[in-house]
Amino acid sequence: MGCGRVGAQLAGMLSREGHDVTVMDVDQSAFRRLAPDFRGRELLGNGIDQDHLRMAGIEEADAFVAVTQGDNRNVMAAQIAKHIFKVARVVCRIYDPKREELYHTLGLETISPTILGAQALKEALERVEV
Amino acid sequence: MYIIVIGGGKVGYYLTKELVEAGHEVLVMEKTNSKVEAINEELGEVAMQGDGCEVAVMEQAGVGRADMVIAVTGDDEDNLVTCQVAKLRFNVPRTIARINNPKNEAIFKALGIDATVSSTTAILAHIEEELPTHPLIHLLTLRGGGLELVEMKIPQNASVVGKKLKEVLLPQESLVCFVYDAEGIPRLPNPETVLHAGDEVVAVTRQEYEPALRTALSA
Repeated sequence: MGCGRVGAQLAGMLSREGHDVTVMDVDQSAFRRLAPDFRGRELLGNGIDQDHLRMAGIEEADAFVAVTQGDNRNVMAAQIAKHIFKVARVVCRIYDPKREELYHTLGLETISPTILGAQALKEALERVEV
Repeated sequence: MYIIVIGGGKVGYYLTKELVEAGHEVLVMEKTNSKVEAINEELGEVAMQGDGCEVAVMEQAGVGRADMVIAVTGDDEDNLVTCQVAKLRFNVPRTIARINNPKNEAIFKALGIDATVSSTTAILAHIEEELPTHPLIHLLTLRGGGLELVEMKIPQNASVVGKKLKEVLLPQESLVCFVYDAEGIPRLPNPETVLHAGDEVVAVTRQEYEPALRTALSA
């Protein structure tokens, strides 16, 4: 869910590994970001809408990833996938570190690019020889 | 009571106004600066600029001592997360969320929000009342349990006209609570109560049996 830079990149990687991938986005033009060799399905739709999720085949899905620009949209979609549709693997991106911490303790698999990015930058800084 | 309202649009503004007038301590949180200024000008210093979903902003607003958080923005995902953060991180005793898309009612319930108000459903219910052939009106969703109070008019040609209540096969977990006729005379129903065309029936039912109830009383 979410065909931004990260979503498109991830969808391409999974598709190349042979997984059956569906990418959702509310904006048709977002699908341009997908690599030319992407073999999966593109679906225009909203990931917090149960009917759209069903159209995307969430009932048969083994995994669900929420990577839209909105933290709350990701959190809501991930909870729908996990608690309503019982998807086995659900991962959710949350920029706000404090919100990420909360939902992580509540049992969602969460990634905060803010924390990861800051850490990577710090490590890179420390590696630079002066 | 200390009540925090999230979202300073039309609903948030009038809700805040009412709560302030009722003597509550109210804080309304709104992202847009111009709306914050307008509210502060009209209602006194009650609005704060900020994203109600940000945990840090919530801390600043003193969510920890709030008795209630009411999220009434136009985005369901924001209302959901605000209420979850308030409840699960700050232990706010009561959270209420506005739902814009009626499809989300079941999700909010499943995800543990205390109370929800579906603005779209509420507006539809009021419009339905004004329609000449309204099939079934939702009066109230009872707290917990998924029960609903509904009202329905018995049509002229319905098969239940002239029948006693005990002869009418209602769906499971559905009860007729009260009946009133076209003149507005109320009757407390018992098994011998006879249904007439034009009677208004107020019944309690479970959401999923609502279509069956409608069929039972109108077919």
